[in-house]
Amino acid sequence: MNPLIKPRALFVALGLLLALALWLSLALGPVSLPLADTLRAALRLLGLPLAGEGLAQTELILGQIRLPRTLLGLLVGAVLALCGVAMQGLFRNPLADPGLIGVSSGAALGAAIAIVGGAALGGLPPAFAPYLLSACAFAGGLVVTSLVYRLGRRDGETHVATMLLAGIALTALAGAAIGLFTYLADDATLRTLTFWNLGSLNGASYPRLWPLLLVTAAVALWLPRRAKALNALLLGESEARHLGFAVERIKAELVFCTALGVGAAVAAAGMIGFIGLVVPHLVRLLVGPDHRVLLPASALAGASLLLLADLAARLVLAPAELPIGIVTALIGAPFFLYLLLRGRT
Amino acid sequence: MLRAENLAVQRGPCTVLADIDLQLQPGQVLGVLGPNGAGKSTLLGALCGELEPAAGEVWLEQRRLADWPGPERARRLAVLPQSSSLTFAFSVEEVVGMGRLPHASGRLRDQQIVRQALEAADALHLAGRSYLALSGGERQRVHLARVLAQLWPAGPGQVLLLDEPTSMLDPLHQHITLQAVREFANQGAAVLVILHDLNLAARYCDQLLLLAGGRPQAQGGPDQVLRAEVLQAVFGLEVLVQPHPERGHPMIIAR
Repeated sequence: MNPLIKPRALFVALGLLLALALWLSLALGPVSLPLADTLRAALRLLGLPLAGEGLAQTELILGQIRLPRTLLGLLVGAVLALCGVAMQGLFRNPLADPGLIGVSSGAALGAAIAIVGGAALGGLPPAFAPYLLSACAFAGGLVVTSLVYRLGRRDGETHVATMLLAGIALTALAGAAIGLFTYLADDATLRTLTFWNLGSLNGASYPRLWPLLLVTAAVALWLPRRAKALNALLLGESEARHLGFAVERIKAELVFCTALGVGAAVAAAGMIGFIGLVVPHLVRLLVGPDHRVLLPASALAGASLLLLADLAARLVLAPAELPIGIVTALIGAPFFLYLLLRGRT
Repeated sequence: MLRAENLAVQRGPCTVLADIDLQLQPGQVLGVLGPNGAGKSTLLGALCGELEPAAGEVWLEQRRLADWPGPERARRLAVLPQSSSLTFAFSVEEVVGMGRLPHASGRLRDQQIVRQALEAADALHLAGRSYLALSGGERQRVHLARVLAQLWPAGPGQVLLLDEPTSMLDPLHQHITLQAVREFANQGAAVLVILHDLNLAARYCDQLLLLAGGRPQAQGGPDQVLRAEVLQAVFGLEVLVQPHPERGHPMIIAR
């Protein structure tokens, strides 16, 4: 399996794909906007001095609805893919998923507590409800992940195999707790819970974008600094140590980055599966496993793929909307099976 | 130069290694021999800092091994483990190039060294192939090239620790590998190599350490260590020891 394309060609292709996905994501929806107008309005929103006559409605739809939604998709896709790369490197397994360390299920549990607890208290003040939900999800992800990390520590070392099993156990526990909340919830709460568990970019707004933007930027700047260490980790932990890397520290950083990144993504858009699993794998098939290329390329590919999946979620049953988690699972699960079967021959 | 004084390693309540005193001298190859479970790999683990010694200390040059900053240590000390768990489709050059990660010698120089190290391990013809497409023995040679590249060019002050580098190789490549290791030592590196083949040890090592039950049983030149009564006591194997007809080093034949 030699790399199919050179890194530079891949970056050009992914850049074009992302540009296309951004454009379509802004232009298409219940109200389709002409592509040229969309481009002009988007550039005006970015502050370019272009003539704006006849664009008032386009700019309103773009600025208030499509742009925050598109940015949310961009950030969630990029950060999930980056965290997927980090986890596949940490576990030295190309089929590892960021959810393995319990961050997704922890975040889901945090959100369930907020949704059901809020309903039990007679409803949260609507102005705060989304923020409180996000904060609880983020905190839940961090709490469960730090528990998994602690369970994996022994004698000052992190045993990733133990961590993996602890992650599975805590995911099951969190699942049971979510199940209990689901059982206790009334119909309206149940609907919120379900929608949230399936993920959606619906309801994107600028104030909810900022924390995610901050976290994504931090993860996207930090992980590439560890690209060489991630390459060495693939040889094995002792080998990486023999090559001079502070392996324990790097493992802690990878777990922390993933907890932050996936926690923030789930807090902003709910549970969206398979992006973190499939995207790094796909990029690796194209250019090989070198993390210096894999990390930035996965971020671009993850953002594009999530935007396209969101387009599908918006358009397939328009004007109704599918939860995006269903779309990514419909694409991701068969692809995962294909990878498994392909590895057998 | 790597030096261990009164080294001991414990695993739970068991002392799995004790009374180890050794010095790896520049230009010399020390062979470690012993039956399965004798503590050979444990010794290597303790010497490279992977295992915490229960007693004694390991010194790299004039500094305790644990006090060396990671990258600086990696430029002086390279370790080849018994087997590798790499399951990602790196190319052969990329795997060997990882040996250059502790260095900042530039891409061109690194490429040059990767090729030289591959050549030394007789694996240059594998360049361009995917690591995962190689056989076990070919992978072993690629990893040897990786640790050679890590220390390239060999010189005094560098230490190479090898855990059974010939375990998966055909007879020709067992010799090619140990000749490369020998050549590396001749340029000034200090080498420790764990071996099972007594005849290979007799031919390529300057010093031998015979381990059993975690304790040294004999230490010295091949002529002193590879004697019939010593081998009988340690391996429980009856052997004839005769001088090699052309080279003169001891040759061990099972009776």
